Amino acid sequence: MSDDAVKIPGALSGVGGWLDDRFHGARGVRVLMKKVFPDHWSFMLGEIALWSFVILLLTGTFLALFFVPSTTDIVYHGSYTKLNGIHMSEAYASTLRISFDIRGGLLIRQIHHWAANLFMVAICAHMLRVFFTGAYRKPREVNWLIGIVLFTLGMLEGLFGYSLPDDQLSGAGLRIFEGVLQGIPIVGTYLAYFLFGGAFPGSAIVPRMYIIHVLLIPGLILALISAHLFIMFHQKHTQMPLHGNTEKNVVGQPFWPYFMLKGQAWFFFIFGALVVLSTFAQINPVWLYGPYTPLAISSASQPDWYMGLLEGALRIMPAWEINFLGHTLSLSVLIPFAVPLGLIFTGAALWPFFEAWATGDKAEHHVNDRPRNAPVRTGIGVAAISFYGVLWAEGANDVFADKLQIPLYTITWIARFAVFLVPIGAYFVTKRICLGLQRKDAELLTHGVEIGVIRQLPHGEFIEEARRLTDEEHAVVASKRIPAALPGPGKLDPNGIPEPAGRGPVGWARGVANRAFTESIVPDGHGNGHGEHNGHAVADGEHAAITGGDSGDHHG
Amino acid sequence: MSPEDNEELAGPRRVIGTPSSAPAALDAKPPVPQEAEDYVPTDPADMGRAKVAERLAAVCFLIAFVAGICFIVAYIGLEVGPNNGGNSVVAAMRSNYALGSSLGLALLALGTGSIIWVRHLTPNIEIEEHRHDLKSAPQDRAGFQRDFATGTAITQVTKRPLLRRTMMIATAPLALAPLLLLRDLGPLPGKSLRYTVWKKGTRAVTLGGNRPLRPADMTAPGSMITVIPEGYQDDPDALAKAGVILIKFAPGELHIPTNYDGGTLVSTMNWTVDNIVAYSKICTHVGCPVALYEQTTHHILCPCHQSTFDAANGANVIFGPAARALPQLPLTTDAEGYLVASSDFTQPVGPSFWERG
Ligand code: HEM
Ligand code: FES
Repeated sequence: MSDDAVKIPGALSGVGGWLDDRFHGARGVRVLMKKVFPDHWSFMLGEIALWSFVILLLTGTFLALFFVPSTTDIVYHGSYTKLNGIHMSEAYASTLRISFDIRGGLLIRQIHHWAANLFMVAICAHMLRVFFTGAYRKPREVNWLIGIVLFTLGMLEGLFGYSLPDDQLSGAGLRIFEGVLQGIPIVGTYLAYFLFGGAFPGSAIVPRMYIIHVLLIPGLILALISAHLFIMFHQKHTQMPLHGNTEKNVVGQPFWPYFMLKGQAWFFFIFGALVVLSTFAQINPVWLYGPYTPLAISSASQPDWYMGLLEGALRIMPAWEINFLGHTLSLSVLIPFAVPLGLIFTGAALWPFFEAWATGDKAEHHVNDRPRNAPVRTGIGVAAISFYGVLWAEGANDVFADKLQIPLYTITWIARFAVFLVPIGAYFVTKRICLGLQRKDAELLTHGVEIGVIRQLPHGEFIEEARRLTDEEHAVVASKRIPAALPGPGKLDPNGIPEPAGRGPVGWARGVANRAFTESIVPDGHGNGHGEHNGHAVADGEHAAITGGDSGDHHG
Repeated sequence: MSPEDNEELAGPRRVIGTPSSAPAALDAKPPVPQEAEDYVPTDPADMGRAKVAERLAAVCFLIAFVAGICFIVAYIGLEVGPNNGGNSVVAAMRSNYALGSSLGLALLALGTGSIIWVRHLTPNIEIEEHRHDLKSAPQDRAGFQRDFATGTAITQVTKRPLLRRTMMIATAPLALAPLLLLRDLGPLPGKSLRYTVWKKGTRAVTLGGNRPLRPADMTAPGSMITVIPEGYQDDPDALAKAGVILIKFAPGELHIPTNYDGGTLVSTMNWTVDNIVAYSKICTHVGCPVALYEQTTHHILCPCHQSTFDAANGANVIFGPAARALPQLPLTTDAEGYLVASSDFTQPVGPSFWERG
């Protein structure tokens, strides 16, 4: 330590000593204090989710002090005089009380709701960051899976929270939820009757959702977030491919004091932004919707954004239903409910293992990929986003129809095709763009950076002058690692047995996937790439080339 | 940083396509931070700028202090609720603006001050930590396996199958117990989803007004109203299934609707009274109340996912995800001439379910 380090006051060091006598903590806590956190804006996304959750815990606890989770019917006489004399549940009446009779109640309710939305936005953005940089690769697969579970739990938590106030919109949402449950084969009606305590709406659902919302799911989320952070601490953070960053180190600023100070600032910012939003942007004004009654119309109601996918999936479906040995299989409910989310969540969960299988890559990775350097992954990610986006937009098809003056049915028909075509197109376009960017990188590595000076050579040719990349630039541009190509189909190993990639349909599929993963643009210094001459020749004869998976010299 | 690290990163000679090199020698020592002798500066490089930054951060903190006081004042000073004489919505909004803007300002000012602090008042230090293999050393793995195997042998579990199997049998019923305990969460659905509270002779009354209707009350063709079974206006469980829409047609517009009675397709023109037809209001998709009725096309639209039903043709689906027509309620009139049901629906209303058939 430097000489001008602060002298620790006696009392504090006394307490520290007392604790260390009992817990042997000095060494461990010292390691924690020095834990290195690499700095990059995108590493803050997970932190937004964390702080939003903390804010949800704080504001939710406040709400729970006043909210009455009961569907007991009462006649309202209170501050919101427009509803005086109206029948409503105690849950709805207590939400009105929180909004109009408790000082700060409306603010806290709105912060809670905005924080729920921000929580989900942050989780999504954080997941995308992890995906596109390949940070889910070995050894971080478990944290990736935990993240997916957290996302699912967050959706459920939000759905139940949104349904608690028992207003017209939340009841309409619950009714849809109940209809979907009923559609599940074999056990559907039982699930619905058990959850609702009988026929919809019943009187059991609000107290049940309440305990799930304030105890069960927050408890699970808290436990999983703790595990997530513990694992992150233990495995150390990934870092971006910068000069000086390797697979064997982690470079950044220590937890104490830097990360503490920044974390504190970040918490205040997020909390402050949510408070400002909740002050000026009204959210879920339940008093305008009125209490839930089963036959009232809820036109043009939009669910919270993270439910938009399900909403769109329900809207896009054609009317499919099959009768099967005297049983009804309600595909126009089941498919929207299970397939899009199932595809996205199962696909995301399996992806790290699929990628490792297709690339044969068993190594640990601590330096992130640049998205361009993993074209298949980036393409799939963009395809998934566009798939989500189409369904999400279809969830607001009536809004679009209204704003754009296009018939509603036309929009739905467009979406029915777009949901298949747009992701496929997005995949190929993204992959091309990635390869294009790789080509640029390859040129930077061979030519250097053009500095805008054009010179004429003695024999008349014009060339642009270039400078070599600085070490910092070089580290970024040269960070690409192409997965090793697996031996192609039909190849025999030294014992005359076909290589794994050649064996059976699985081997064939692996070979195909492997070739996609290994397609890459490299500065061609080695091997059999198809040459691709680009105008002005380079002194040392290097040129960019596309390598296919069959170029055996990429073996690791 | 160490020389090998430098080499790994900087060398353009790195063979592209080589997966990152295998981790080097195992190092059993836990990561220890740099040793105490390392000199770490505690002051920022630019002391002049730091002076300015300090003042700026202090201003932010003072703003936060003042805003915090404002928050307290607003909490105490601005009443909400019924006792303030005025409009309680206005009072709540006023309080919300005052509390929210003061709290928001306080937090944002605190955040800004903290950022200035960490950016400009601390030296910019980067440190490097070494990564160690996550995989345990081979001798540790072997030791673990040995100890685990020894422990297992001590339990005798592998040697005494009788013990093992009876123990497993013993836990089976207990594992079911938690599921069993959930059984009383709700009644079994049984046949309850097949029926509504409509019976022969139940009067249809208007939703909200609870007024019974004579056919003559629906004079204008093209009108649609929502009705409920008389006596159930305060029973949401009944209403959630029993809501009905009545639509009046001009003579000749209503094509003889066909409908399922049990399993057979029957003509249900005689279920209408005076060109008034009654359909379930509960969408057959996932159960929203259908709402919008378009007179000219006779389309009934469900606002939730836009299933569209043709009212003039037995409420058949013409667009959207709903797979089945809205069930028709057989209508007739009672002795006093009011519209009544001549029976319950002849098929389940609302969303499809497995046992529906
Ligand atoms: C990830 C965590 C959470 C999410 C996504 C979430 C989401 C929501 C949403 C969207 C609402 C509707 C708010 C409104 O009225 O506009 C709500 C209500 C509520 N939440 Fe949460 N919440 C979370 C955590 C919690 C926790 C931890 C608690 C309690 C300890 C809590 C207690 C409540 C209560 C009591 C209500 C009903 C009060 C009211 O609506 O006025 N929530 N929640
Ligand atoms: S509930 Fe009517 S269309 Fe979905």
